Amino acid sequence: MGMTITEKIFAKATGQDSVKAGDLVNANIDIVMCHDVTTPPAISMLKANGIDKVFDTEKIVVTPDHFQPAKDIKSAELHKRLDTWAREKGIKHYYPVGKAGVCHALLPEQGHIRPGEVIVGGDSHTCTYGAFAAFSTGIGSTDLAAAIATGQLWFKVPESMKFVLNGSLNKGVYSKDVILEAIRIVKTDGALYRAMEFVGPALREMSMEARMTITNMAIEAGGKNGIIAFDEVTKEYLDAHLKDKKDYVVFESDADANYVETIEIDCSALEPMIAKPSLPSNGVKISVCAGEAMDQSYIGSCTNGRIEDMRIAAEIMKGKKVAIRTIVVPATPDIWKACIDEGLAEIFYDAGCVFSAPTCGACLGGFMGILAAGEKCVSSTNRNFVGRMGSPKSGVFLASAATAAASAIEGKLADPRNYL
Amino acid sequence: MSKAHVYKRDHINTDEIIPARYLNTDDVAELASHVMEDLDGEFVDKCGAGDIIVAGNDFGCGSSREHAVWALQGAKVGAIIAQTFARIFYRNCINCGFYVVELPGAPEKINDGDDIEIDYKAGVINNKTQGTVIEFNPLPDFAVEIIEDGGLLKHISKK
Repeated sequence: MGMTITEKIFAKATGQDSVKAGDLVNANIDIVMCHDVTTPPAISMLKANGIDKVFDTEKIVVTPDHFQPAKDIKSAELHKRLDTWAREKGIKHYYPVGKAGVCHALLPEQGHIRPGEVIVGGDSHTCTYGAFAAFSTGIGSTDLAAAIATGQLWFKVPESMKFVLNGSLNKGVYSKDVILEAIRIVKTDGALYRAMEFVGPALREMSMEARMTITNMAIEAGGKNGIIAFDEVTKEYLDAHLKDKKDYVVFESDADANYVETIEIDCSALEPMIAKPSLPSNGVKISVCAGEAMDQSYIGSCTNGRIEDMRIAAEIMKGKKVAIRTIVVPATPDIWKACIDEGLAEIFYDAGCVFSAPTCGACLGGFMGILAAGEKCVSSTNRNFVGRMGSPKSGVFLASAATAAASAIEGKLADPRNYL
Repeated sequence: MSKAHVYKRDHINTDEIIPARYLNTDDVAELASHVMEDLDGEFVDKCGAGDIIVAGNDFGCGSSREHAVWALQGAKVGAIIAQTFARIFYRNCINCGFYVVELPGAPEKINDGDDIEIDYKAGVINNKTQGTVIEFNPLPDFAVEIIEDGGLLKHISKK
């Protein structure tokens, strides 16, 4: 039987000719991503266990992002621990405040993600990097500590589940709407332990930014990883972003590879989606929920805080005023600068938005846009669990950057197609 | 005795187990004082040492934050019994030396307040209140070893 991309990557990472779903393997890790919340405890664990080494100073990428710049004394202490360690160990790819950005936007942008590699990170949305035909998954602090010290982790090779994205997206409908529809169909544990492989003509038309929105949310369906095959779009992005190490291996799924389930989505029939509180699987079409009053709009995060999202939001807001408080958070310093250079920041300012420095910020209820009891926020982020962005009595409505922008203008859930 | 705290719910997520507003620290005692806060504000007061949480499907979904496990351990929760677990949380529990029991029909087989005793190696739950014996598939030996050694890093150090 043939292998999926995910199985082929694991075969390479374990030096074998083939592996199959269900195999327990000890894989070599190519990149370990470290941020300010889960890495400081990993560092402390290593010290407590008398382990001082890091496996490779060039394969660990460090950026504070969740609470950066430090939001309070306690987060400043976390940052200090991260900073001291990164400098002491001579971590080559350390992005201190000023260079720091939301990790899953920063790593691809700065050229740390390559096809065919195994990437782990102390963050559940590490699955984002699968958009580049790599295996990537989120891990906790203990696994992170083990990965930092040894460059290896054990895995159970996941079964694969295929999502066929047919048709073509209509104007005003984006990859975020596609993934919200996919999660609505399979629910938040429908892909538990599985690789979610996305294929199909609608996907091939998407930019890398748009594809990353899809793989980013694989974890919201319980997936171990999300993965998308390499094509010309991937190559162009990599040509523009890879720096030191420019070689990589491209794997494709075999025609006779095994998939435990196949889900087909007709993207031509999709309309903008809203995932209502308090699960990402609570997706409904905008046509059935438009008009519900909001208190805040949030445009940012590792899901939809990239330059393409900023451009879409600015296009909708140009020459208009927002009716509710609106927070725009470009995910990295380069995206922030592009917003200035392209005149997007001015559009956001003129519309009455807060234009923030890069941070995960309010997406996870950290800071920079926390909700009070009873408040509702339309947000381009990835989770809407109880209390996710603030008070446990607030509500988060997940949407594309376009829908969040249109809703900001109207002060209620609104259809972005009316503004394009 | 180990008292069962039953939540007849699916998708109890890491934001409910330990909200991100407390992730600016990794101090276990402080995390423990907020465990399950957004799901059940009374949990910390009513949870005794060794008590067990019982829930439905997909327990621990969401973030990779191991803080969720540390908060539960800090609050002296003995183990979690759920119908199914989210992947990262499940792995984190074993890595931290914390027992997890996968049990189909868990919220129906155990009532809130039941006094239960778990034999993790044998895969048997003794429900002393109801006088029933419930069997489950025990964790594989290597996972039990990691848990009994006090977690993955201690397990590695020991080797």
